[in-house]
Amino acid sequence: MSSSLIIGQYIPTDSVVHRLDPRSKIAIIFFYVVIVFFANSVMSYGVLALFAVGSAILSKVPLSYIMKGLKPVWFLIIFTFFLHIFVTRDGAVAFSIFGWDVYWEGLIQGGAISLRFFLLILVTSLLTLTTTPIEITDAIEELLGPLKKVKFPVHELALMMSISLRFIPTLMQETEKISKAQASRGVDLRTGSFKDRMKAVVPLLVPLFVSAFKRAEELAMAMEARGYQGGEGRTKLRELSIGKSDVMLYIVFVLLIIALFLTRS
Amino acid sequence: MDITFDHVSYVYQPNSPFEHRALNDLSFSVKSGSFVAVIGHTGSGKSTLIQHLNGLLQPTEGKVQIGDYVLEAEGKNKRLRDLRESVGVVFQYPEHQLFEETVAKDIAFGPQNFGVENKEIEKRTREAVKATGLPEDLLNRSPFDLSGGQMRRVAISGVLAMNPKVLVLDEPTAGLDPSGQKEIMSMFSRLHREKGLTTILVTHSMEDALAYADHIIIMNHGELYSEGTPLEIFQQQKALEDVQLDIPEVIAFISEVRKRLNIDLEYKGQTIAELAKELAHKVRGGGDHE
Repeated sequence: MSSSLIIGQYIPTDSVVHRLDPRSKIAIIFFYVVIVFFANSVMSYGVLALFAVGSAILSKVPLSYIMKGLKPVWFLIIFTFFLHIFVTRDGAVAFSIFGWDVYWEGLIQGGAISLRFFLLILVTSLLTLTTTPIEITDAIEELLGPLKKVKFPVHELALMMSISLRFIPTLMQETEKISKAQASRGVDLRTGSFKDRMKAVVPLLVPLFVSAFKRAEELAMAMEARGYQGGEGRTKLRELSIGKSDVMLYIVFVLLIIALFLTRS
Repeated sequence: MDITFDHVSYVYQPNSPFEHRALNDLSFSVKSGSFVAVIGHTGSGKSTLIQHLNGLLQPTEGKVQIGDYVLEAEGKNKRLRDLRESVGVVFQYPEHQLFEETVAKDIAFGPQNFGVENKEIEKRTREAVKATGLPEDLLNRSPFDLSGGQMRRVAISGVLAMNPKVLVLDEPTAGLDPSGQKEIMSMFSRLHREKGLTTILVTHSMEDALAYADHIIIMNHGELYSEGTPLEIFQQQKALEDVQLDIPEVIAFISEVRKRLNIDLEYKGQTIAELAKELAHKVRGGGDHE
């Protein structure tokens, strides 16, 4: 279960990408997501893909691992591709199979949209692959900082985020443990009718909720015992700082934007 | 049921950066009816080992045989249901698996899944709570209202009600108070004898391993480090230290006595009182004859 999905998984290989300031990474990815939609020629897609694949290589995360992890998303990408092929009915006919005409326009559209989709997912999963959840929430807290002026609970939001991220693996482990215990008592989640399988979820969910509530209570108690009282006057162990490689990243990104607009048709 | 591990290896998350070989070329066999203790420090592969015993995990390489069920690396393993009915597993902190409205329903959950008749389930439930020392008037209470120790007993009853032939225990006494630990362990020991079970106990307590097991398996880094009877195992102080395991207090005491007082004392499974008598006798100088 946990091995097939890599989105949200952190891979601790030490690389330039890992050492970048998380704020830079989030901001750049945000802008990247925006500019992906400006590409409209083969060359412009090439430039964007170069950036994404280049970052992936620099991150030292094995490419085969990333590809394997994108498996669940491949379905969506391929689905979008075929959807475009079947729905678009403009331009010249490229060829026809089983009496169904496939148009050039559809092929191009489908290819472009799938590529966009792929690039978006590749870049965003690179963020979580190379940045610890704590760094991400720190960065979000900093980036949303200005909103504190309008009484927006930025710190609380970040804390909620980091707690939920922190407990995802714990709850996954717990789920696995409980489902193994129940499987040993004869629960079978894989066979039987839909109704049977729905019923089999109850012995899994009840203990999971019980332990989640217990954990929440214990965590709250532990935080209070250590004098936690919200974000006011709280300092950080690791201050975020913009380094040389961050500046490099900005320069590369600006060049990327220029290249993108030069290669647009 | 006889249990045989034949060159078994298990790899977690193969072909990923998290690849981890938890068991490596593990071979051993357990005779039907024996009480085996599996010891080894954290991460030595004990938990992975026991998950092979009822087919929760399938070996990456090699073959596991339990009775006439065979779990192999290749191919689908059928009849897992039958296997799971005959191998009862009490996991670490088993009280975390409780979910029903009443104690009785929770205990009946296992047998119900295996299609046991209601009348038989009722009978087994009563037997199980009696064995674990739970008062019968708890049967209609919610398991979540009980104390930690009682919840543990309910969970254990739930496994016993499946009437397993093999009982696998993963640190069943962790987190209990000393008297609770003793009660639970002597209960398992009694059930083992009375029902002719094959019992596999994973434990960190060398005292328990010495007191209850008739065979000990030491795991280290996913490999079989050593195996033998408790007496054989606990004589090898040096070998145990190498894998960061203690020796039981009694044996440590005896070896100190031998070393310091130069008295020939040997451990053959005596109780503390018997041992004290023997020692007193020898100290007085009546070592050779009476």
